Amino acid sequence: MTEQQPLLHMQGITKEYFGNRVLTDVTLDINRGEVLGLVGENGAGKSTLMNILFGMSVIVQTGGYTGSVSIDGKEVNFQNPFDALKAGIGMVHQEFSLIPGFTATENILLNGEILHDNIVTKIFGPRLKTLNLPEMRAIAEKSIELLGVEISPDTLVAEMPVGHKQFTELAREIHRPEMKLLVLDEPTAVLTESEAQVLLTSLRRLAATGIAIIFITHRLQEILDICDRIVILRDGQVVKEVATSDTDIGQVAELMVGRSVSAKSAATEDYNESTETILSVDQLWVDMPGETVRDVSLEVHKGEIFGIGGLAGQGKLGIPNGIMGLYPAGGAVILHGKPTRLNDPAAALAAGMAFVSEDRRGVGLLLEEALDWNIAFTAMQAQNKFLRPLLGGLIQWRDDKAIQNVATEYIKALDIKCTSTDQPAQELSGGNQQKICLAKAFAVQPDVLFVSEPTRGIDVGAKALVLEALRTYNRKNGTTIIMISSELEELRSICDRIAIVDEGRIAGILPPSATAKEFGLLMIGKVKSEANSHE
Amino acid sequence: MNSIRRFIEKAGWPRIIIAMLLLSLFIVAPSVGVRVDQSITDTIVRFGMNGILVLGMVPMVQTGCGLNFGLPLGIIAGLLGATISIELGLTGLAGFAGAMVLAAPFALLFGWSYGKLLNRVKGDEMMIATYVGFSSVSFMCMMWMLLPYHSSKMIWGYGGAGLRTTISLEGFWLHILDNFLTVRIGSNFMFPTGMILFFAFMALIMWAFFHTKTGTAMTAVGSNPDYARAAGINVDKMRTISVIMSTVYGAIGILVFQQSFGFIQLYNGPFFMALPAVAAILIGGASVNKANITNVVIGTILFQGILTMTPSVINSAIQSDLSEVVRIIVSDGMIVYALTRVTRKSR
Repeated sequence: MTEQQPLLHMQGITKEYFGNRVLTDVTLDINRGEVLGLVGENGAGKSTLMNILFGMSVIVQTGGYTGSVSIDGKEVNFQNPFDALKAGIGMVHQEFSLIPGFTATENILLNGEILHDNIVTKIFGPRLKTLNLPEMRAIAEKSIELLGVEISPDTLVAEMPVGHKQFTELAREIHRPEMKLLVLDEPTAVLTESEAQVLLTSLRRLAATGIAIIFITHRLQEILDICDRIVILRDGQVVKEVATSDTDIGQVAELMVGRSVSAKSAATEDYNESTETILSVDQLWVDMPGETVRDVSLEVHKGEIFGIGGLAGQGKLGIPNGIMGLYPAGGAVILHGKPTRLNDPAAALAAGMAFVSEDRRGVGLLLEEALDWNIAFTAMQAQNKFLRPLLGGLIQWRDDKAIQNVATEYIKALDIKCTSTDQPAQELSGGNQQKICLAKAFAVQPDVLFVSEPTRGIDVGAKALVLEALRTYNRKNGTTIIMISSELEELRSICDRIAIVDEGRIAGILPPSATAKEFGLLMIGKVKSEANSHE
Repeated sequence: MNSIRRFIEKAGWPRIIIAMLLLSLFIVAPSVGVRVDQSITDTIVRFGMNGILVLGMVPMVQTGCGLNFGLPLGIIAGLLGATISIELGLTGLAGFAGAMVLAAPFALLFGWSYGKLLNRVKGDEMMIATYVGFSSVSFMCMMWMLLPYHSSKMIWGYGGAGLRTTISLEGFWLHILDNFLTVRIGSNFMFPTGMILFFAFMALIMWAFFHTKTGTAMTAVGSNPDYARAAGINVDKMRTISVIMSTVYGAIGILVFQQSFGFIQLYNGPFFMALPAVAAILIGGASVNKANITNVVIGTILFQGILTMTPSVINSAIQSDLSEVVRIIVSDGMIVYALTRVTRKSR
């Protein structure tokens, strides 16, 4: 390390929760103006480490930690987050903590308002001081400007797009003059790629002013783009600390999961353009808030994995949700040469289509119910599977045994980590919940399977397993899979063809071997006219 | 130690505390001169009287329609069935069965329209249900006066028109279930086998229903309506079915209640019938969107047990007639306690 004293020095941090060791002897340094990437799978100890740094009450309540934290060479032991704030540490969480009815200025200077005296305060004391709005506005403007974005300080937070909320939150942290160290926990998770780019640029700019930044994300490319150093945590230990220039995405991913992530398999070679069309979509429109589909026409071939990509909000999620009848839709969807009824989920399921929703917890799962119900329910209701007719079919009796068998089978096949088929779905981790959603769709034995954002919010290792499960299912059963994802790399690793959606229309369809540049151009709508002229 | 802890976790502290209280009341009872066997009989009879009304809470809770504060609607259907049956001059078993059959179409109709209404006010079901219950009772207060009943057993002796506030079931189907296969031990202990069997039968139907395809779909609707919709289920239809079931159970429940109680109570009679049933199922451990038959049985025994025991024990202990006051304090206190226990399981 350099001669200069590190801004933050964490030495030998060890933490146990009820005898369960989550951090072991973690040592971490960060200098002024440095951007440090902190990566690790879910449960690797990232959040615990940050909670210790922040003096979160959960740490104190569970018996504190061993090891030392020092800032500017002075040992500190924060008892609560306010101490940490006073010492110049700021944090931006994944979930926003902003007041929707307040303007950007008011949110940025919340609890740090500039006040001035007035007549009333002379009599009634300082609690009735009034706000110095022009000055507050100036400060807010300054910190927004520092981020390099354009947000009016007078906009209400409720009226902002998601990206601007994130920036507002960031501006709130950096307006304080004592700010030295900023912790960002998955700041780009809710942003579109272009917004994420802007954010990364602003972070570099902040770092240049001498603020140290700890950056936590699942998106490894971002880490490589902006961090000076990367610390990789696995099972509560620092497995590696490297300068970004000395490593690449493969190595980081590998260190994170501790096993080598299988290299991208090229598109399936046996894919044959001439196979029959199983699903054709003609002039589909879907009224899904935030993901409007305007005019989509597609042909999907039997047995292929068809990818749909595009930027957030352009309508790619609307396509499966519309076809499956979850949002109002119009146009024609023809499966096996027969038109299916739109706006009727039961009809879509009966026709032989199934859907794994992007909204796993909202639509995908019965969180309080047991896993076997979660897996078998759709097949039971839509196809009368796992039922025993009693009294000559008058009563459709639930066959609990068959349900349990099918659940056990899929839990084994997909390697779902759970205590038993009776465990409620909410107790599983994100990756395993996603596998339950897949099992639910597999149990329907569909001809066409829509999978929407299958890897959103799950860690690298689980991602690979989910994609592998899809590929295996496609190969083994010849099921046509239509996968919608915002991660282009993921689509390229598994799909036979990839359509890019832009402004509610298909901008073009490319083979996975096409270059990133070609995809990028389609996404930002550069070659739309060309693609349209092809049709 | 571990098994004790697991038991506590499973049963829940509120139930354990109330059960302890009930048990201690039974222990104290002999020392203040209250007969234990008589008290046990009272508790069992009250359980049988109220059980089916409490059971009627289950379907609506399971589909996420909340607690059925609109129970008076079902009760009114039952009252219509009972009064029409008497009007037709049916007595004994025929009278009781006739009352149920006659109540059914009313319950179906009321339940169907009540279900349609609740589908329009998703999220505020319990508030709306309360007022549906209250307003239907008030509406019927007029109708009991105006409907063309003629049976001299039921109408006011003076004036000759309009139904009386209480109508005795003596000579019709009084204790028809209570007296079926009754077990008597000594002069103070009686077990109303027929009534308990009838409750068990109604509980069995409920249990079986939730093991069918439709019942399973209803449970899923309560757990996560969006999931159910994505699985091709007509959510509104399931909710309507559950409301109809709750209403039909309310109608049958009041008939069972009356045959044991001995009177048909009209006018404001059904007004506060919903609250004890709601309290019982909550004390039994149900949440706003999850309930099962065990919750019903445990909750009804605990609630009715405390309600039976507290007034008689306290009354004897302080040697004065405060039973009605104590009963009201205890029952409303338990209802308040139960309502603070309302939990909405997070989705």
